[in-house]
Amino acid sequence: MEKTLDLKYTYTEKKDTRSGFGDGLLEAGRKNPNVVGLCADLIGSLKMGAFQKEFPERFFQVGIAEANMIGLAAGMTIGGKIPFTGTFANFSTGRVYDQIRQSVAYSEKNVKICASHAGLTLGEDGATHQILEDVGMMKMLPNMTVIVPCDYNQTKAATLALVDHHGPAYLRFGRPSWPIFTAADQKFEIGKAIKMIEGTDVTIFATGHLVWEAIVAEAMLREEGISAEVINIHTIKPLDEAAILESVTKTGCAVSAEEHQVNGGLGDSIAQLLTRNHPAPLEYVGVNDAFGESGTPTQLLEKYGLNADNIVKAAKKSIGRK
Amino acid sequence: METQSIDQLKKICSQVRRDCLRMVHAVQSGHPGAALGLTEYFVALYFKEMEHNNSFDIDGKGEDLFFLSNGHVSALWYSVLARTGYFSTDELGTFRKINSRLQGHPATEEGLPGVRIASGSLGQGLSVAIGAAQAKKLNQDDRVVYVMMGDGEQQEGQIWEAAMYAAHYKIDNLIAAVDYNGQQIDGPTEKVMDLLNLRAKYEAFGWEVIDIKKGNEIESVLEGLTKAKSLIGKGKPVLILLYTEMGYGVDFMVGTHKWHGVAPNDEQLENALGQLEETLGDY
Repeated sequence: MEKTLDLKYTYTEKKDTRSGFGDGLLEAGRKNPNVVGLCADLIGSLKMGAFQKEFPERFFQVGIAEANMIGLAAGMTIGGKIPFTGTFANFSTGRVYDQIRQSVAYSEKNVKICASHAGLTLGEDGATHQILEDVGMMKMLPNMTVIVPCDYNQTKAATLALVDHHGPAYLRFGRPSWPIFTAADQKFEIGKAIKMIEGTDVTIFATGHLVWEAIVAEAMLREEGISAEVINIHTIKPLDEAAILESVTKTGCAVSAEEHQVNGGLGDSIAQLLTRNHPAPLEYVGVNDAFGESGTPTQLLEKYGLNADNIVKAAKKSIGRK
Repeated sequence: METQSIDQLKKICSQVRRDCLRMVHAVQSGHPGAALGLTEYFVALYFKEMEHNNSFDIDGKGEDLFFLSNGHVSALWYSVLARTGYFSTDELGTFRKINSRLQGHPATEEGLPGVRIASGSLGQGLSVAIGAAQAKKLNQDDRVVYVMMGDGEQQEGQIWEAAMYAAHYKIDNLIAAVDYNGQQIDGPTEKVMDLLNLRAKYEAFGWEVIDIKKGNEIESVLEGLTKAKSLIGKGKPVLILLYTEMGYGVDFMVGTHKWHGVAPNDEQLENALGQLEETLGDY
């Protein structure tokens, strides 16, 4: 389907976003001697092996003990270290929420919580591991920055940007091989949305893997004569309110697209913003109060209504409500 | 800090106990029991054993660090911090009140000197202290990290995750202590959830364990801390089992969990203060 479409972005390579994290962390380690890595028995899955190999004295395998990992990381900041913790998104958030809340967020510690295998695209492991609530939990915490990059290059750039950002942060990425469509040399500004495609009829605000689905959806909508604007919201908190309001003021309606529960996700943040400042139709593409299941990423995105087809439907519905 | 004599330390303990009771009484809330029980240990650390700068720097490079995991003992910590000069003793009067830096449980948000991380939700401080000790090793900083925990707190699973890590990574610049008073909110620890042989548990986790059998005698505490320090740098984390009596120093509060989280009324305060000499001047 994609090949027949006139896509505004193309790709020659697919790669997992977690590899963007792993490569970014290695580069971060070379740039800054205070960067340390911690991992809870998932070095291969988190792609932290290269960092471990090059900086063995700055890497700490903590075993299957995520609560301790968060506490250790908070403690290491006292003394100037910049800890990057790595485990699956489920074990990075829900399992250790109280540790993050007290020892990291409330205490304003410079810990970077790096979370892989987020969302449905984890695939066959099923719902126990497919966390869809993590962004909501993290964005509710005062002092916490929440970043969900969309491809390998953006994940690498985000990882590097976090080194120079002082404060607690949550970086969410995933497992599947995914199109690389953003620039390798991109400048990553935390809190700054990126307008991917200009449009006039509807704005699609997408984050993470679904930015690619939004790119595909834009081409599908264009074939039907609908002009969609696509904005990549890589930073969910702090939200780029100015960019969102400017776009919706122009297009008059919006769609949010994310690999997360509709409750508490990016769409909720956009809805709050629009309600307070510029009421406009908003349709949500996300998981609707359900757990996931085993399957391939493509099957799961289709079954739970998260692919380009669903974004197209949501865009038309949003336009129809203007 | 000039070296304090045993007699001076005892006088400081009396004043600190007065501070704790007056602070808790003023807001009719807080946790006097463990504060009274841990007074000798805190006074020994801050007035004699620790090398620390009163010009507070959160990174604490080149100085000993202290972390309080059982954050409900906050009144005691605040009193000792103020009495060692981290901030004015006048501020003790703001304890637990609106717009105060002296939160019910310790916090960093308003930048209270001496506090490096929030605590209160139990089980987290040991991990944090080990992380800080690990950072000291990375920084080639040979000072020591101290951490205080409750005995009821040993029921938290995270404690044992941390205990495992500390031995595995040979965190031998750490002196952890358990306030071994045998009491927790709902009653004696042996009834609520028996800790059984805590010494054997830590030893099995690879720690060096020492006892301070008389945790409410300053001489005994100093002796125990000297012994603990002698074990620094020997490849193992060090744990002190600090035998204390909850509510020590006030006859009607001692040895019971009933004063864990209850403030004395006016009459009880007067009675208690009558048993504790005012040595450094009330705040």
